[in-house]
Amino acid sequence: MTNLTFDAYDTTGYFDEMFLEDRSPRQGAERLLQRINSLPPGELRARQQEIESALLRMGITFTVYGDQAGTEKIFPFDVIPRIVQASDWRHIEAGLKQRINALNKFIDDVYHDQLIVKDEILPREILEKAKSFRPQCIGLNPPKGIWCHITGTDLVRHTDGAIYVLEDNLRCPSGVSYVLQNRLVMKRSFPQLFTDSGVRPVVNYPSQLFQTLSSVAPHGMSDPTVVVLTPGIYNSAYYEHSFLAQQMGVPLVQGEDLVVENDRVYMFTTDGLEQVDVIYRRIDDDFLDPESFRPDSMLGVPGLLNVYRKGNVALCNAPGTGVADDKVIYAYVPDMIRYYLDQEPILPNVPTYICQREEDRKYVLAHLGELVVKAANEAGGYGMLVGPHSTLDEQREFAQRIEADPRNYIAQPTLSLSRVPTMVGDHFEGRHVDLRPYVLYGDSIWVLPGGLTRVALKKGSLVVNSSQGGGSKDTWVVDIQRTDTADDSSI
Amino acid sequence: MLSRVGSSIYWMARYVERAENLARFIDVTLNVILDHSTEEQWEPLVRATGDEEYFDKHYGAFTSENVRHFLTFDRDYSNSILSSVSMARENARTVREAISSEAWETLNEFYLYVKNAAATGVTSANSEFFTGVKKFSHLFGGIFDSTMSRDKGWHFANIGRYLERADKISRILDVKYFTLLPNVAAIGTTVDDLLWSSVLRSVSGFEMFRKQYHTITIHRIVDFLVLNTRFPRAIHYCVRTAGDSLSQVGGPECESNQALLLVAEIEGHLANTHNETIINGGLHEFIDALQISLNGLGTAINDTYFSRRRTRTNTRMSQSQRSLSH
Repeated sequence: MTNLTFDAYDTTGYFDEMFLEDRSPRQGAERLLQRINSLPPGELRARQQEIESALLRMGITFTVYGDQAGTEKIFPFDVIPRIVQASDWRHIEAGLKQRINALNKFIDDVYHDQLIVKDEILPREILEKAKSFRPQCIGLNPPKGIWCHITGTDLVRHTDGAIYVLEDNLRCPSGVSYVLQNRLVMKRSFPQLFTDSGVRPVVNYPSQLFQTLSSVAPHGMSDPTVVVLTPGIYNSAYYEHSFLAQQMGVPLVQGEDLVVENDRVYMFTTDGLEQVDVIYRRIDDDFLDPESFRPDSMLGVPGLLNVYRKGNVALCNAPGTGVADDKVIYAYVPDMIRYYLDQEPILPNVPTYICQREEDRKYVLAHLGELVVKAANEAGGYGMLVGPHSTLDEQREFAQRIEADPRNYIAQPTLSLSRVPTMVGDHFEGRHVDLRPYVLYGDSIWVLPGGLTRVALKKGSLVVNSSQGGGSKDTWVVDIQRTDTADDSSI
Repeated sequence: MLSRVGSSIYWMARYVERAENLARFIDVTLNVILDHSTEEQWEPLVRATGDEEYFDKHYGAFTSENVRHFLTFDRDYSNSILSSVSMARENARTVREAISSEAWETLNEFYLYVKNAAATGVTSANSEFFTGVKKFSHLFGGIFDSTMSRDKGWHFANIGRYLERADKISRILDVKYFTLLPNVAAIGTTVDDLLWSSVLRSVSGFEMFRKQYHTITIHRIVDFLVLNTRFPRAIHYCVRTAGDSLSQVGGPECESNQALLLVAEIEGHLANTHNETIINGGLHEFIDALQISLNGLGTAINDTYFSRRRTRTNTRMSQSQRSLSH
């Protein structure tokens, strides 16, 4: 069995997260490299396979919609972790806290006085056409004024070495269960490495999440009843709903388990009705309450929004946050930071052309082959044109779409995403990655160290989504000052 | 505990027990006919299910192949072994977070074992397979018992398991009695050892019976399988055990809810009856009445704990307290 080495590893053309241009390891990656190089032949591959079996046994799956029979698949995993240096992390953490702060203020503003529109920072037409703006949420006052309790913001690094925000996910961001389970299986495989490398633990996410949820309980009550609301086992992220509920020690409920009575929400238990105070809802706004949103929804709870309006239940994330998931609204986040916080953004957006603006539109239409064009409200890599990989026909089709509905499109230059070494057959190759840190907003804003590194497993591919051939890696925030990684052993 | 979750755990346990009991009966019949090869041996098994109409429509003759396929691998028949294990797994799947991961994995393996056998056809419905089903059922039960805290979840599963067992034992007893003793004059005599032995073996009670009673008479069979409080497959034992668990699952009206009242009634009735009374009044009539009571109990359990009731809880327990009872 041949030994896997980095002798022939090629870093040209892209920022490599593990190696410098001279092929020496970046700060924080030295121990990892040492360990990999010292493994006997076949050992790394054996550990990769062990990890894959463990993930399969644990049932860490996701369901791909549109796949025949809605089969469960194991989210592919690669054993080489993605390293984030402490200095990079400090920058990211500060940038994210700033960003979520601004976004929260924006969402609150948008459902109240809309000052940002009145002051002409955000054009009214843009806001009006935001598909996920929910008029039902106008005037609502969630506990402590917090709307986005749980956010997953996607970051990418370009060849210039700078980190950019690709998009925010403010509705039901998923993937944190993979972060926790990836770490669990990695620690079993490489226990010593964690102690030696000073990797920051992620194990306290469930307790942080529980604290965040509890902190926004109605009327400031202590010891509230918290539940996770899931659409059920056929939802693609069901595993995560179940996992988080279990880790926090709270009930996992479906819409049919809840009932509204006397302006309060209750769950059906074997002892009778029990009041519910905080709902971590993993159901989209549209399906949350047939009385207020889509009337055909079988997944929600009739009358739930009313209870929320009366202040008798907390919903996390609050309904209405989807307005900021709109990709055109995203383009204005740097302006939001300036407007609400009077600060310059720490983390920049990817440069974005807004097709609503005539000049931007002209440029985009003339450069379709070079740009990535995105529809305002599609997810998972759908509704997207990747210029350099597209045919002329596809470009023409997209041009038509843009002309027909310019407000609905943005475009960005193709980024050369950074890469991380990944096992490919009997050697290593760089594969493009992004990073999704998770941000919790309760009594304070807290960022999980690291987050989900998604990797495009297909050679040359930039698409990291699980539904289109992506996988994940463990993410290590290496903090050389800290050595107390003992906390991590309790998962 | 959510009503839906309690219900799923209860039914998961019932379905596993159902599959095991079916495997036992079929297996014993297979062994008996080696000495006594007649079609008559297979008919009682179908009668015991109460689904003769379905069988008649889809199969017709009570041949070994037909009956074995019907009871083991027929996926359109809701009470076949395949269907039962599938339902058990489906119920467990929706409440995976409420059971231990080992229990889930074992049940999953159980399901795959039966599914794979079904794919190869009715020839796989042989003694080795039924032994395998029993083993998996025991394994699942053992893992469940040794990895779950004795909280509501465990108790609801226990109730489901023992009620199902009581029901199935009563059915096989009823049918065998009917088949084996059509002639009233034969009551009280030492009956055909072979056929009654088969009943005892099907409940793994042959040795226990012999130890306690030595020779087989109808009165002793009734004593052992209906009234005994020590043998874990006796109806009385099952009802008492289910009752013990019912008293552990609480509920705001736990002193007086319908399920508790009913189980106490059934248990009391069994405790105060003598085998003479049962035989004289007719074993079939007795079992008929018992099954009606057990059905009533099942309905009461559903209404009390699993249906979506509107009664308010009396006290608001804190989250930490509540997690103890989940």
